[in-house]
Amino acid sequence: MDRAMTEPVKGGRLSLLAAALVVARRDFMAVLWSRSFIFFLIGPLFPLVVGALAGSVTGHVDNTVSEVPRLGVMMARADREAVINADDAIGPKLAGTLPDIFEVTPPKPGQPTTPAATLRRELAAGRNAGAILSGTLDHPVLTGPRDRIAEWQGSVSLLVAHARTADANLLPPVKLSVTAAAPPRAETGRGRALTAQAGQTLLFLLMMLLAGMVLSNLVEEKGNKIIEVLAAAIPMDAVFLGKLFAMLAVSLVGIAVWGAAGGVMHLASGQSIDFLTTPAVGWPVFTVLGIAYFAMGYLLLGSVFLTIGSMASTVREVQTLNMPVTMAQILVFFFASYGMAREGSPVEWAAMIFPFSSPFAMLGRAALHEALWPHLAALGWQALCVLIFVRAGAHIFRRRVMQSGGAQGAVKKKRGIFRKG
Amino acid sequence: MTADLEEAPLKGNDGRPVAEGDTRPLAIEVRGLVKRFNGTTAVDGVDLRVPEGAIYGILGPNGAGKTTTLRMILGIIDPDSGYRRVLGSERPHDVSHAIGYLPEERGLYPAMKAFEAIGFLGALRGVPLAKGRQRARELLEEHGLGHLADRQIRQMSKGQAQQVQVLGTLVHEPRLVIFDEPFSGLDAINQGRLEQMIRGLAAKGTTVIFSTHVIAHAERLCDEVAIIAGGRVPFAGPVDEARDRIRPQVRLETREREGPWRAALPPDTRQEGRFWLFSLPESGVEPLLRALIEGDAGILSLSIERAGLHDAFVAIAGAAAAKALDASDEEAL
Repeated sequence: MDRAMTEPVKGGRLSLLAAALVVARRDFMAVLWSRSFIFFLIGPLFPLVVGALAGSVTGHVDNTVSEVPRLGVMMARADREAVINADDAIGPKLAGTLPDIFEVTPPKPGQPTTPAATLRRELAAGRNAGAILSGTLDHPVLTGPRDRIAEWQGSVSLLVAHARTADANLLPPVKLSVTAAAPPRAETGRGRALTAQAGQTLLFLLMMLLAGMVLSNLVEEKGNKIIEVLAAAIPMDAVFLGKLFAMLAVSLVGIAVWGAAGGVMHLASGQSIDFLTTPAVGWPVFTVLGIAYFAMGYLLLGSVFLTIGSMASTVREVQTLNMPVTMAQILVFFFASYGMAREGSPVEWAAMIFPFSSPFAMLGRAALHEALWPHLAALGWQALCVLIFVRAGAHIFRRRVMQSGGAQGAVKKKRGIFRKG
Repeated sequence: MTADLEEAPLKGNDGRPVAEGDTRPLAIEVRGLVKRFNGTTAVDGVDLRVPEGAIYGILGPNGAGKTTTLRMILGIIDPDSGYRRVLGSERPHDVSHAIGYLPEERGLYPAMKAFEAIGFLGALRGVPLAKGRQRARELLEEHGLGHLADRQIRQMSKGQAQQVQVLGTLVHEPRLVIFDEPFSGLDAINQGRLEQMIRGLAAKGTTVIFSTHVIAHAERLCDEVAIIAGGRVPFAGPVDEARDRIRPQVRLETREREGPWRAALPPDTRQEGRFWLFSLPESGVEPLLRALIEGDAGILSLSIERAGLHDAFVAIAGAAAAKALDASDEEAL
């Protein structure tokens, strides 16, 4: 296999970051071009699609099968017609406020004629009667269950008032002028707290969905025996960092796809996206911080997961690890939420300082407080923790996994984290 | 850790000097390397000096500490104690761009095509990916493997994948190539090709160090060897020096079987058919010849054979290690 080089191709020393990027690029492309990545992308979309479809079907069923309770009118003919005319006149202007009305069936001879008896008779006949309006226009009586008549009292009073006067100017027409942007919601403490909670929850869901992937990340290398090639060429820190970068990039691709799909579905539903109070730092900064805290949270958790996963020798072991890892994530999330609800307390400070809860706590803080410098400090602290965890993880991996070869390697293969060493 | 070792004379575990007198600069220098795993000492004070441009063999049975020694040299693991310097650096990763490594447990990403795999291995050593891939195609063509360039590793035989990985260790033109059991898994033809390639690398000034449990490979290829057994290196130096550790063997054929001349034969003499075999006496062969002629032994033939590396291994590492070496060889087959 002798050869003659046509052109010298000399290697060059790689920095830690450059070496990490070589690994990250390989991993990222390998995931991106794998068939399973399609399933990874569409997996989280299933609940959204199913939810949308189910909502649509339920709405349809509601509209066709399940009737809203209606108001039965049991008055003298003139009054009854006046009420019906009034309903026609003001009903459209008070969309959803006035109950639908219907004329009750006249009682047969011998049947009781009281409003209560009429209500029971209408219900027995299968008509969805919520209450009965009887009496006269001067002395109307509303008969029905307590909650129902309390709810309808005002609107029925308005209806009867219009029936009495037949005054077209009782509800004068209001000219409507539509604007493109809705005015901002009141930036109350409660509203911002809800925004903080929503941000934390979204961050938690994404982390829980995505960080677990890192667990199995080194199993492939161990299975393919390529880990030794990597370890000989570049520092193990770079291998760990590269794998984390790759999985972070994969996660961001997923988030971009899911975010876009979710946004399209939300807009297609015709609803406004202004359902949360503007966070204290404003939406653009909040979004940037959200991405930054997701990245840091992912790298922090990922560095630990990568180390734990690297100790596993089979995919089955990794799967077994998923449950305790998920529980740990939930605990961290609750810790951060608990801290946010106790502003200024030692618990909040602990949640902001403890590396794993810090991204959640700080994102919550971004919704509640305007100051930006704490976020710079927090991101710096989290980045430092990432480096420490990566170094520690690489060190443990080298000590515990890259131990021996040859005959001793056979011993190593049997030594998973659940097996006796 | 290094200060007290700097001035220490280089000696093997048996106290003999290690490859003294070689004026070539050293590609690898390790002294007193020790590595323990869970209380077991895998490598116990190994000293090695590998001159630049040499073909250097680490010879020993499975479990002798070859791979652990190589891993420490490469910086994959750190020694518990001892000193290492590779291509002038005490931090092997600082010079990894000048090192090529083929581990004993071969490994490539199965989904990668051959040219991508070689390009990736080059990228790990600092070669830009596009350039590495281009060079990979050239290398594959030059070695008659061009038809594999666009084939995925998972679609190849074990031997083909191994050849691709060997080329991956060379794509960045390393100054030092380390092969761990490079011949295992290859058929005889490809073993011959690999031997040829190793000679070619050395001819261009590349230092090649490989571990093996097959003495024949070391004997054919190596300028120098380190014999390793039980984590210790009882000998490290030129192959000839290893052979000289045991006296040449005399092979004598006589017409007569008995006679007073028998008293002149050395005490370690053994008989194999019509031949008498014994180590060459320190006094030389002349006094023996005189006794044989005067005793009318009827000398039919007499040859003096220099010891082979296997005999040297037995003499240096001991019979138990030699037996383990032979067992390793049989396992590989």
